[in-house]
Amino acid sequence: MKRTIPLFISAVTGFVLIATAFIPKFVDWGNDAMAWFNLLAAFAFVLGGGNLLKMQLQKISAQQPGWGYSAVTLIAFFITLFVGLAKVGVHPNVNFPEFAWSGDYLEEGSVFWWFFEYIFTPLSATMFALLAFYISSAAFRAFRAKNTEATILLIIAVIVLLGRTYASEWLTGGFSNEPIFGENGITYSDFKLDHLTQIIMEDFTTPGMRAIKIGIALGVASTSLKVLLGVDRSYLGSDQEA
Amino acid sequence: MLKILQNLDRRWIFLLMFVAVAVPLIMGTTFPETPSGEVIAVFDAVDNLPDGSNIVMALDYDPASAGELQPMASAFTRHCALKKHNIYFMTLWPQGIPMIQSSIDILNEEYPKTYKGKYGTKYVNLGFRAGNEGVIKLVVEDLKKSYSADIHGTNLDNIPLTKNLKNIQQVDLLCNVSAGYPGSQEWVLYGSSPFDIPTVVGCTGVQAPIMLPYIPDQLTGMLAAIKGAAEYEQAIINHYPQLAENPKAKEGLIRMGPQLVAHVLLIGLIALGNVIYFWERKQGTA
Amino acid sequence: MFKWINLVIKRLMIPLLIVTSGVALVAAAEPPAPPTDFRAEDVPGDAGTAIDLFWTLSPDDEENTKPRKVLRYVISRKEADHKDPTYENIGEPTYRVNTFRDSNCKTGIPYLYRIEAVGQESLTSTPVVISEPVIASLQWFNLQRSWFAVFVFLICGSVIVFIEMARRGKTLKIRKIAGLEAIKDAVGRATEMGRSCLFIPGIQDINDIQTVAGITILAQVAKTTADYRAKLEVPTSRSLVMTTARDTVEAAYLAAGRPDEYNEDDIYYITDEQFGYVASVTGKMVRDKPAACFYMGAFYAESLILAETGNSVGAIQVAGTAMPTQLPFFVAACDFTLIGEEFFAASAYLSGEPQQLGSLKGQDFGKLIGGILLLVGCLIMTLSAFETRGEKQAEKSQSFLHSAQTYIKENILGKGGF
Repeated sequence: MKRTIPLFISAVTGFVLIATAFIPKFVDWGNDAMAWFNLLAAFAFVLGGGNLLKMQLQKISAQQPGWGYSAVTLIAFFITLFVGLAKVGVHPNVNFPEFAWSGDYLEEGSVFWWFFEYIFTPLSATMFALLAFYISSAAFRAFRAKNTEATILLIIAVIVLLGRTYASEWLTGGFSNEPIFGENGITYSDFKLDHLTQIIMEDFTTPGMRAIKIGIALGVASTSLKVLLGVDRSYLGSDQEA
Repeated sequence: MLKILQNLDRRWIFLLMFVAVAVPLIMGTTFPETPSGEVIAVFDAVDNLPDGSNIVMALDYDPASAGELQPMASAFTRHCALKKHNIYFMTLWPQGIPMIQSSIDILNEEYPKTYKGKYGTKYVNLGFRAGNEGVIKLVVEDLKKSYSADIHGTNLDNIPLTKNLKNIQQVDLLCNVSAGYPGSQEWVLYGSSPFDIPTVVGCTGVQAPIMLPYIPDQLTGMLAAIKGAAEYEQAIINHYPQLAENPKAKEGLIRMGPQLVAHVLLIGLIALGNVIYFWERKQGTA
Repeated sequence: MFKWINLVIKRLMIPLLIVTSGVALVAAAEPPAPPTDFRAEDVPGDAGTAIDLFWTLSPDDEENTKPRKVLRYVISRKEADHKDPTYENIGEPTYRVNTFRDSNCKTGIPYLYRIEAVGQESLTSTPVVISEPVIASLQWFNLQRSWFAVFVFLICGSVIVFIEMARRGKTLKIRKIAGLEAIKDAVGRATEMGRSCLFIPGIQDINDIQTVAGITILAQVAKTTADYRAKLEVPTSRSLVMTTARDTVEAAYLAAGRPDEYNEDDIYYITDEQFGYVASVTGKMVRDKPAACFYMGAFYAESLILAETGNSVGAIQVAGTAMPTQLPFFVAACDFTLIGEEFFAASAYLSGEPQQLGSLKGQDFGKLIGGILLLVGCLIMTLSAFETRGEKQAEKSQSFLHSAQTYIKENILGKGGF
């Protein structure tokens, strides 16, 4: 039973959603199914929050290595929760001035906004910026001309890296529009780095992407079918109680 | 020597990258850009519309990616403001609300004549709705099913811009700036492509290859990464020279300097990596 | 008689004179000419809720006239059968726009539409009304999508047929996937070194099919860790993924005969926030130094940060994702990467169940169809491109190729198609 009912629900919902693509009358049903998922996911926040508290409290009480981080996590969690829920520093909405709570929690000047602007924003930007550092160490380590394919990849990487900056203008900006052979043939300016980059992106990357996408789409279709038909039930756990 | 190189601590590489990005950024070096075909397509899509057209500006990114995407969003906003378009802001990312605010600040501070105090008649902020592509599906068919009120809680029926707007199929252009999911691809798959809504997008560099196949049928044009933003800024400056004096309108152009030096450093690192590799191989065989 | 006529003329002419003189005073701004050829059509292939309107722009709606004579059009609607019908405003498209979709219709009710052009000083043109009422009708099947339906049927059908064939005992040959062979070795190495294995099921929720695929691979990885008695940790970025992963791992340990070794707390939720999650996971990697890291699911910018950190702590790394943008990063930083469809095939491959392998064959059949269609499409487009270069003698076949091309463009690839 523990597996049969979820399987039944997922199969029915799944096939209805497929039908919405072809039967206009069902379109609203598909939207409803989406709304259900959003509801479920919203409830799951409580579950996630509870689990987070449990894990961090366990770490602190057992004084496991790194329990200090857990303490920081918990303090930050409760402060943010309080400031957001209590709407500290938020003015009431102009449309409903009689309700003190009616303002927007992210209103400029509120404490939550302050957290967002001066803590969350710089921290997120820092994490994203780490990519620049990691990409340099990955490039240093991984881009080696070990065989023919790797060498081609390397050359293309260099062309694209230069072609996406002003370096292409510096290095190849002087290439003239004169044809190399004959009258209608290739011109020197065709070998400008930015033009080569464009060719690589449009004529090589794009078809490759398309091929990968077709493969992925088929993979998605067959995995979804496996799930809907109950052929693959590993995500559902066991029927037995452990 | 080889041994030192082989065991090179990656923190040295990180330091080099830091210097490569920081120095040109502090010096504020800019280079002229030539707008590519895709960028010109974006420019024309906004510019060829009659003044005062309706534009949906869907800003689906967060502070993390603002470094790469804010110049695009600002450039879109400025361009629309120059054309006096009516703008509908919305986002599918909860962190996108402050991103919308920075665009609205541009409207109020730089174009007060057209936009200041004209909330509801020249621009409207629909804010954030949860539900990812589900929201897109709803707004293209029935806007008021997912957005009954704007970000301030005002009913859409009481706002002049949205009063008669049944869905966003009625708008003249959809501008999307996106950092991932939900974003450009979802807008194309569920919004612009099935309903033929003219769409232009701006996305991060890594997303660009996925969006390329949609040009030109499903997508009118695309700005890819900082390079795209810089070219777009250049295109706007070329047509509206008054912007050349505004340093804020060159955010993307300014970031191309660090990009150039960082790319050159990357090439240098790749070359160094290969030197080590061939050196090792030579010693191995010798 | 004459007197009577005189009276009528006087009575009519005086107000008429007053009106015309009034008009003459404001003659500086004239009302624009009305749009023409106004017609309405039911939107095909919908649930009977929309009607499309088309018109030819007002002759005054010119592209480069300043100030503009037409500022916008006002479209209004009324129910034709209604007892007391009044026109209600339903939309105001701007100038130079000549279509409008009214998607707020009720099925089966006849509507009349009216359009007016609005010019300077809100002067409106004479209204134009459609000649006959239009009804939005419900279509049970969206015929525009019939080709799409055919392909869905073919591909899904082939998957089902192959699964059924496998169930009946037909042996199916599947090529080896190196990345999957590596999973066992990685877990074995972790056991030898006495370190843990880390499994990251992506950062999307369970409604993403990649997360589901990741979880099915987790089931197989958990079986291996249970066999080898290695420690498995699964930090998740969504709470629903956490509960699903817990059920899955518990079932795997049960199936491996080691239910007592399953520890629920090894599968835990961190945060939905992308970079908060990354910070926590990479911090854990640096402190605990796992011997094997598996990244299976939907990833974004965090892919490289995770994989590079894993690489720096010397872990064996196997990644699998269907995010084309992140594949290059995983390929650069991981030991093995399952690319796109390989990732979806992994769970079937690892489980070794014949019916799951059947689904892979179905996938291959889909690829075959895709390949053939690509070739045919390219051939038709190329040939017709050659023909339009001006070979007049082949007019007959040109029209055939040309019509084939238009048919494909409009019906298979068009709005209703893919």
